[in-house]
Amino acid sequence: MTQDTITAPVPTEPSAKEQPLIRVRSLKQYFNINTGFFQSRPLKAVDDISFDIRAGETLGLVGESGCGKTTAGRTILHLYQPTAGEIIYRGKTIRTREDVQEFRTHATMVFQDPYSSLDPRMTVEDIIGEPLDVHHIYRNPKERRERILELMEHVGLNSEHAARYAHEFSGGQRQRVGIARALAVSPDFIVCDEPVSALDVSIQAQVINMFDELQDKLGLTYLFIAHDLLVVRHISDRIAVMYLGKMVELADSGEIYSRPLHPYSKALMSAVPVPDPKAARANQRITLTGEIPSPLNAPGGCPFHTRCPYANARCTELMPEFRELEKGRFVACHRAEEING
Amino acid sequence: MALLEVRNLSTSFFTDEGEVRAVNGVSFDLERGRVLGIVGESGSGKSVTAYSIMQILASTGRIVGGSVRFDGQELVGAGEKVMKTVRGNRISIIFQDPMTSLNPTYTIGRQLMEAILLHTDRNREQAHERAVEMLRLVNVNEPEKRMKQYPYEFSGGMRQRVMIAMALACEPDILIADEPTTALDVTIQAGILELMKDIQKKIGMAIIMITHDLGVVAQLCDEVIVMYAGAICEQGTADEIFYNPKHEYTKGLLRSIPTASNTDQKLEPISGTPIDLLNMPKGCPFAPRCDAAMKICIRSRCERMEINEHHAAACWQNLREEMLRAGVEQKGGEQS
Repeated sequence: MTQDTITAPVPTEPSAKEQPLIRVRSLKQYFNINTGFFQSRPLKAVDDISFDIRAGETLGLVGESGCGKTTAGRTILHLYQPTAGEIIYRGKTIRTREDVQEFRTHATMVFQDPYSSLDPRMTVEDIIGEPLDVHHIYRNPKERRERILELMEHVGLNSEHAARYAHEFSGGQRQRVGIARALAVSPDFIVCDEPVSALDVSIQAQVINMFDELQDKLGLTYLFIAHDLLVVRHISDRIAVMYLGKMVELADSGEIYSRPLHPYSKALMSAVPVPDPKAARANQRITLTGEIPSPLNAPGGCPFHTRCPYANARCTELMPEFRELEKGRFVACHRAEEING
Repeated sequence: MALLEVRNLSTSFFTDEGEVRAVNGVSFDLERGRVLGIVGESGSGKSVTAYSIMQILASTGRIVGGSVRFDGQELVGAGEKVMKTVRGNRISIIFQDPMTSLNPTYTIGRQLMEAILLHTDRNREQAHERAVEMLRLVNVNEPEKRMKQYPYEFSGGMRQRVMIAMALACEPDILIADEPTTALDVTIQAGILELMKDIQKKIGMAIIMITHDLGVVAQLCDEVIVMYAGAICEQGTADEIFYNPKHEYTKGLLRSIPTASNTDQKLEPISGTPIDLLNMPKGCPFAPRCDAAMKICIRSRCERMEINEHHAAACWQNLREEMLRAGVEQKGGEQS
């Protein structure tokens, strides 16, 4: 760990006990967008983010559409080849194709839309069995079958569901199938990309509880990406906030709600519609002016300066460093001390 | 007399698999200047209720019973001619998806003016003026310039503002908002809700807010209707519904959402799966998922019962509690 040649800000020097499961260093993901004849410009979907994910924790990743949270999740799993930066899994940097292959038996993904992420022509058994086939995890068909039934039990599906097709299930049950598929290779890390946002309120709670139970039972680590801040707070130990491809704040989930430090986090937290009329009447909302700039024309300096009530000349020129302001609290704001003082 | 009186409204869709009773005996009043929230999950009938009021149902759908009286006039069976004077003029509606509700080939200005020219006697110049005024009302910057732009030049939040401007251009008595912020980000959503609140105060129209998000209801609504399987479970003031729920479904919903106070606890989900409208149970539609279901719940559907002046619910539990209370009082009386 210590002979790292990384120049990026290193968030924590992990103690032996709190060895992070995954370290993300200066991760960048640019997409080339055609802007005209033979012209293209990079869209900086994820622009230089660094953070750690501790073993056994749930790290929530929040932000508004276009902030790069989904891209970050996918790039961490190497579903996209990172433009720059490193993903370090259990102290080993993922570099070659073999590394990626190997990494994918430890890290999987649950997708947002249970209606489009499951092949309608495959039975549940084959959907869950596919990762087992790809990674040659079983020795004979009996073992495959047993493993599939075990996985279905984990997520609360009956063995009689195995021969059915995805369209025969409700949204909540489909998401259970998606989770069983993600669990097939016995991963220790799962990226959950908006796993409950397509579900009805009464079903959401079932799935959220299942994530909790599976974590306890199987010792899983989650990167939980969502835009519903109440759900994220419920499930996460720590929360990271992204804005226009940058990470602006990272803190314990209770802290970030009760005392957000970054001006954007403040606005985001105050915008959450709390299901409590009295609290809603008392809430002093910070209303942001303006729109989120297009990531193609991201402003220079701090990406938030166009909408920030505290922005000054320095903010328009210089990107603030993502620094540890208090122990375990990271924030990227020049004026964090001033405005929180 | 209330501005809108809905009585026993029932709407069905006639599909190949049979009759789907999407709305089943819904009754409520809406007073002038009030904000009514209708909450429920997908398939609860909340949107169909609104579409039935506006009579903009899909071709397979039909109002099969009940009445909708708007400002003293019966709308069910009144005919398309009457509806045309009401729709978009005195009752307006905005939809969930601002991306698809605007015509991409016309300028924003043209689309705004279309509504104004259709429903009022203003000439083009006055209509243009009115359109600019409306854009200003919904806080769109540089309205004159924006009038000449096309929908693709607007962001999602801005498009929803344009939809609101369009819906309000004829100063309707009622604005129906069908999940107006569901497709938007939280900070944009907060802005739109704030805007609706402001305008509601300024113009004094009534709003029917249809949403699945109890948070949105808490921000905006005076009164709330909770729907399940096409019927009203519970209705009352927002405070009554949130702090004194009297239907097992409402209680379950409130327990199952993450809030500030239950972060460290496990959520209590509602068990089971959403109802199949083609196979409705005989008794209370929520009974198969209800932890507190009694024999009577499975046998027969509970009628609406008054809890107090501001609150009514259709749940047998309330009758049971009342009987228990009466029993206790009686016993107490005997003893003394």
